[in-house]
Amino acid sequence: MIGGLFIYNHKGEVLISRVYRDDIGRNAVDAFRVNVIHARQQVRSPVTNIARTSFFHVKRSNIWLAAATKQNVNAAMVFEFLYKMCDVMTAYFGKISEENVKNNFVLIYELLDEILDFGYPQNSETGALKTFITQQGIKSQHHSKEEQSQITSQVTGQIGWRREGIKYRRNELFLDVLESVNLLMSPQGQVLSAHVSGRVVMKSYLSGMPECKFGMNDKIVIDKQGKGGGSEDAAKSGKQSIAIDDCTFHQCVRLSKFDSERSISFIPPDGEYELMRYRTTKDIILPFRVIPLVREVGRTKLEVKVVIKSNFKSSLLAQKIEVRVPTPLNTSGVQLICMKGKAKYKASENAIVWKIKRMAGMKESQISAEIELLPTNDKKKWARPPISMNFEVPFAPSGLKVRYLKVFEPKLNYSDHDVIKWVRYIGRSGIYETRC
Amino acid sequence: MTDSKYFTTTKKGEIFELKAELNSDKKEKKKEAVKKVIASMTVGKDVSALFPDVVNCMQTDNLELKKLVYLYLMNYAKSQPDMAIMAVNTFVKDCEDPNPLIRALAVRTMGCIRVDKITEYLCEPLRKCLKDEDPYVRKTAAVCVAKLHDINAQLVEDQGFLDTLKDLISDSNPMVVANAVAALSEIAESHPNSNLLDLNPQTINKLLTALNECTEWGQIFILDCLANYTPRDDRESQSICERVTPRLSHANSAVVLSAVKVLMKFMEMLPKDLDYYGTLLKKLAPPLVTLLSAEPELQYVALRNINLIVQRRPEILKHEMKVFFVKYNDPIYVKLEKLDIMIRLASQANIAQVLAELKEYATEVDVDFVRKAVRAIGRCAIKVEQSAERCVSTLLDLIQTKVNYVVQEAIVVIKDIFRKYPNKYESVIATLCENLDSLDEPEARAAMIWIVGEYAERIDNADELLESFLEGFHDESTQVQLQLLTAIVKLFLKKPTETQELVQQVLSLATQDSDNPDLRDRGYIYWRLLSTDPVAAKEVVLAEKPLISEETDLIEPTLLEELICHIGTLASVYHKPPSAFVEGSRGVQHKRLPGSAGSGESVESPDTGSAAGVSDAPPAVIPSQGDLLGDLLNLDLAPPATTTGPPPPTSSGMQMGAMDLLGGGLDSLMGDESEPPPIPLRTDTPQSPQLPHQSPSPPDYSPTELGGDLGGSPAMGAGFGAPPAAMPASFNAPVSGGLDDLFDLGGGVGMPSGAYSPPKSIWLPAMKAKGLEISGTFARRAGVVQMEMTLTNKAMSVMTDFAIQFNRNSFGLAPAGPLQVLTPVSPNQSIEVALPLNTVGPVMKMEPLNNLQVAVKNNIDVFYFSCQYPISMLFVEDGKMERQVFLATWKDIPNDNESQFQIKDCHLSSDAASSKLQGSNIFTIAKRTVDGQDMLYQSTKLTNGIWVLAELRVQAGNPNYTVSLKCRAPEVAQCVFQSYEAVLKN
Repeated sequence: MIGGLFIYNHKGEVLISRVYRDDIGRNAVDAFRVNVIHARQQVRSPVTNIARTSFFHVKRSNIWLAAATKQNVNAAMVFEFLYKMCDVMTAYFGKISEENVKNNFVLIYELLDEILDFGYPQNSETGALKTFITQQGIKSQHHSKEEQSQITSQVTGQIGWRREGIKYRRNELFLDVLESVNLLMSPQGQVLSAHVSGRVVMKSYLSGMPECKFGMNDKIVIDKQGKGGGSEDAAKSGKQSIAIDDCTFHQCVRLSKFDSERSISFIPPDGEYELMRYRTTKDIILPFRVIPLVREVGRTKLEVKVVIKSNFKSSLLAQKIEVRVPTPLNTSGVQLICMKGKAKYKASENAIVWKIKRMAGMKESQISAEIELLPTNDKKKWARPPISMNFEVPFAPSGLKVRYLKVFEPKLNYSDHDVIKWVRYIGRSGIYETRC
Repeated sequence: MTDSKYFTTTKKGEIFELKAELNSDKKEKKKEAVKKVIASMTVGKDVSALFPDVVNCMQTDNLELKKLVYLYLMNYAKSQPDMAIMAVNTFVKDCEDPNPLIRALAVRTMGCIRVDKITEYLCEPLRKCLKDEDPYVRKTAAVCVAKLHDINAQLVEDQGFLDTLKDLISDSNPMVVANAVAALSEIAESHPNSNLLDLNPQTINKLLTALNECTEWGQIFILDCLANYTPRDDRESQSICERVTPRLSHANSAVVLSAVKVLMKFMEMLPKDLDYYGTLLKKLAPPLVTLLSAEPELQYVALRNINLIVQRRPEILKHEMKVFFVKYNDPIYVKLEKLDIMIRLASQANIAQVLAELKEYATEVDVDFVRKAVRAIGRCAIKVEQSAERCVSTLLDLIQTKVNYVVQEAIVVIKDIFRKYPNKYESVIATLCENLDSLDEPEARAAMIWIVGEYAERIDNADELLESFLEGFHDESTQVQLQLLTAIVKLFLKKPTETQELVQQVLSLATQDSDNPDLRDRGYIYWRLLSTDPVAAKEVVLAEKPLISEETDLIEPTLLEELICHIGTLASVYHKPPSAFVEGSRGVQHKRLPGSAGSGESVESPDTGSAAGVSDAPPAVIPSQGDLLGDLLNLDLAPPATTTGPPPPTSSGMQMGAMDLLGGGLDSLMGDESEPPPIPLRTDTPQSPQLPHQSPSPPDYSPTELGGDLGGSPAMGAGFGAPPAAMPASFNAPVSGGLDDLFDLGGGVGMPSGAYSPPKSIWLPAMKAKGLEISGTFARRAGVVQMEMTLTNKAMSVMTDFAIQFNRNSFGLAPAGPLQVLTPVSPNQSIEVALPLNTVGPVMKMEPLNNLQVAVKNNIDVFYFSCQYPISMLFVEDGKMERQVFLATWKDIPNDNESQFQIKDCHLSSDAASSKLQGSNIFTIAKRTVDGQDMLYQSTKLTNGIWVLAELRVQAGNPNYTVSLKCRAPEVAQCVFQSYEAVLKN
């Protein structure tokens, strides 16, 4: 298991150092600093073995988090724990920065003592932790006996993510379907790979211990229902259903139930959390098509023309559109003509950045550029990085639709109808690239 | 709330000030002071001097302060054990506190203080806490047992804590169960034989129930523990799998990977025809793909594991090639791993896509990545035969980019492609040669030299190219030097006339001017081979090389099995067994996959024989393909055709095999001599010089003939004839002009000689005969024609039941008996067979006359090949005509039947020629000297009674002989002439 956990600033100075196992000595702290942080070269692996000690590290802005061990630990678990550690710290004090870590070092030690025992990760749900570890110091002396046992049963219990006795005047929930659509397209317009990775994020402000059931247009569920309800229904709904390649759920979802009935039922944590993640690869709506045209005119000039076409309902508007056209390192000047939006050559980023605030569906726009090159004797050809694109569209490119989210709370007197529900779809570009 | 100020107090006398503050009456001031102490401790300052003062702050009802003091204690108690005792009372008291959080805190902290006296006091509170009413305290106490065990294992056993811990597996709270499982698993690891984790169907059921209810971390502990269980039968295996599969949808990647581990392991027990087996395979793919959308560090762990899974069960991800395509901003470690998996998944179906991607990657920025991409193209060529051509042309395109490291990498892989597909892509050699000057890395230089040496006969200026490398011989790396030596020897054997100087030069550089024992040894071996038996040298150096395998970098199967049992862990990331990087007893036990038949064997079969963790650790790994390719350069030495000693044990590496062979080979080469000369090289070889050899050279083989068919140079033919007995002298004093001896003229001229027999050549290559390679020759021994063959098994299975048959042929050759292969030929074994022939078989005129069509059968198939025999072996012993008869016959045969031939570059005197020819049953009847020209009249008789009369004209000083043949059957003249030439020149 994890033998020690260290946090360093960008210079390699130790901000937090907690040793859990006897086999990790103090010199381990220095070994990582010398061999990894000060190594002055690109990180070749997130796992490093130095003198028979293995170090796992992740970086958040310029803060290094490293876990050390001498055993054959579960590597995936260690990384998951480090990410979780970051989440917990962010939930307590915001951005992970040197300043914030120093300001909260007592709190961090306290957290580390609680969520990692002898190197074994323990309950690390912030909802539960916040009931007894606070930034203002412990108030345990003020806890009544009842409260104390409530805390311990929550930390160790089956529903470790929610405490009892939550009350809201207005029962309300927000569902965000956030998708990032990824594309790699060849210069000829052939889709080399495309997938959507989506998340359903929920903000719940519900009283009591509500039992929820979430439904979407999952092909498997719809087909199953179609069988019972007649073929016509199936054909109708079949068009709207989507094939989900794979999905993962927050620990509140009863996985065995999903496995057997494919129904998503759970008691939600209070506040904001990620209910599920999913991935689709079939029938993706690609919101934009990028058509590049690069022509080398002699050795000192490049002509680039990029056309973008929006491919969705004309009533919808895409926002924050940004096209990034890479330019060679020896670019000396760029002349730009664009029909819409603003375009600029950014020498420091070696790219032409073309921004359009809004663009409706079924439209097209283009940019032309003349790139002057300095003559070089560099034999190596320019690698031509792909043209990348950023945007935001108000629909889910995977085609996912929320069909229902039902809430039952038998003990309290509110019903599903009394809950105010909001659903929003946002499609964003992930890595959306076209080779040129 | 700016605690960062505690980090900045660096003034002098700080400790003193802190001491005062710690003893302050004000609570707030005390707390501030302790915080300062902790901050100093964090940055590495020694604040142990404050121990008593800090411990004094322990008695407080402020939980925050208490936690800080505990933190201090955990750090310094070990250095101040006596003072630490002061804290015991507070701990014991806290363990009785009404607040469960404080009870747990006390027992948790106490377990972290590694001071013997404190541990003694820990036992009672721990016993109570294990049975505490609050689950939070119990789950903390469970881990504490593991802590205590780490400090004092005996104590834990004596106090019976292990039994209490086992009871906690049945606890009502899932988190207590999970922590108890984690603690027990860890303790069990250091007691491999203890059967502590007594996993039986009942406990498994409890674990599976807890699995659904506990935290994500608890699920990992339980799944990792489940993976150690071996189900009794396939039904139990299936029911566990069914209950584990829902975990594949968990958001936590570690839960997913641990579930994959359990499934991969238990799947082994399921019958493959079971429907559920197929379902399970299908269920595994999507979660593995989803892992690739996690954060990069987790992607890396996932990819390393997928690499293992793909090797074990390629079917799971065979359709998922695209997800492994590299993204432009992937971190380099993710890119490199993806490439590896792409190659593993490459198949005929997706090769076009893969190649297009690889070509794209080869233009990226990161040098390592580009190199790997180029290498990957070569690996694709070797793996998917249909794509080889496209791969080669892609590589050529890349060479045209002239990017230095791309060119070098491409040349290295092209060498492998040549090995895999000999005689197919040599047209690209010209392009490669153009880039000779830009090669500056040893591996690329060595590869290029190998190519030049291997294809020397097709490269016009091979000698110039190699010579240019030779100039800086001593500055080259060993790899290049060795390769250069081999290549030049190859070149010499192929083009002996023009390259004598070159080979002398390289041999002297290697043997006399080098300090590297490998290089020297190899130099001596070549030297000796060339001087004693050039025929053997040719067979050794130019032997057909074994084919290289298709799949590269495969992990050795037993290691792979073990790693599959460690999916998700560090072992699977390093691709090394835990014993290779874990100290002490923990890593020693090797895990194995269960057998498919549901054997009741325990999964954890502890390796009792191995106590030392590290040294014995990795099971003997078969040299991975990468190593084999590296050894390629040395492989030239391994002669499959001339194996004289017992075949090398298959388990030994290639390198060893080569050395053994050489040891034995050398000995037997010398063995013909009555007195085996001392062997300066490798006298420690296991083979004795008196090996019972079925030597490829006939017993009556005189050194004169050993010159082999090295070509027309008389200097060569005779020069190598220096009697081997003289060799040791030149060996022991190589400096004293040993090389001159090598090429000395005149050596063994006039020695009586036996019938000429050409060296063995390959008649049936292994590629055409499912792994059976036949090389052979014909010889006439004591009046009997023999077909001498070497059967080499290059397939993976044993060969038996050999039989042979001839087609009808010109002289009615037929086997005189069955083919005697008494023992089965095991893989890599070579067997020498001599098949006596007679000439009473059915006759049919063949074209050419001496063509023989043969069918060989073994347990695998029937194979056909044809070969040409030297007609001289049909010359009978009683072929000497009476002088009168000769004269009469000569006149009798019409002049039309006379044919005249020239033999060029023959430097034998007429007497020497005569005696040589006599060895092959060509008898000189009369000799006449006219105008300084010797005329030899000769006769010979074929087995079927045809007489051939000859007039051989030899003029002193003129290396060109003229031979006139007269025969009643003029068709044989051509063949007879060939025999003349062959005999005279060898």
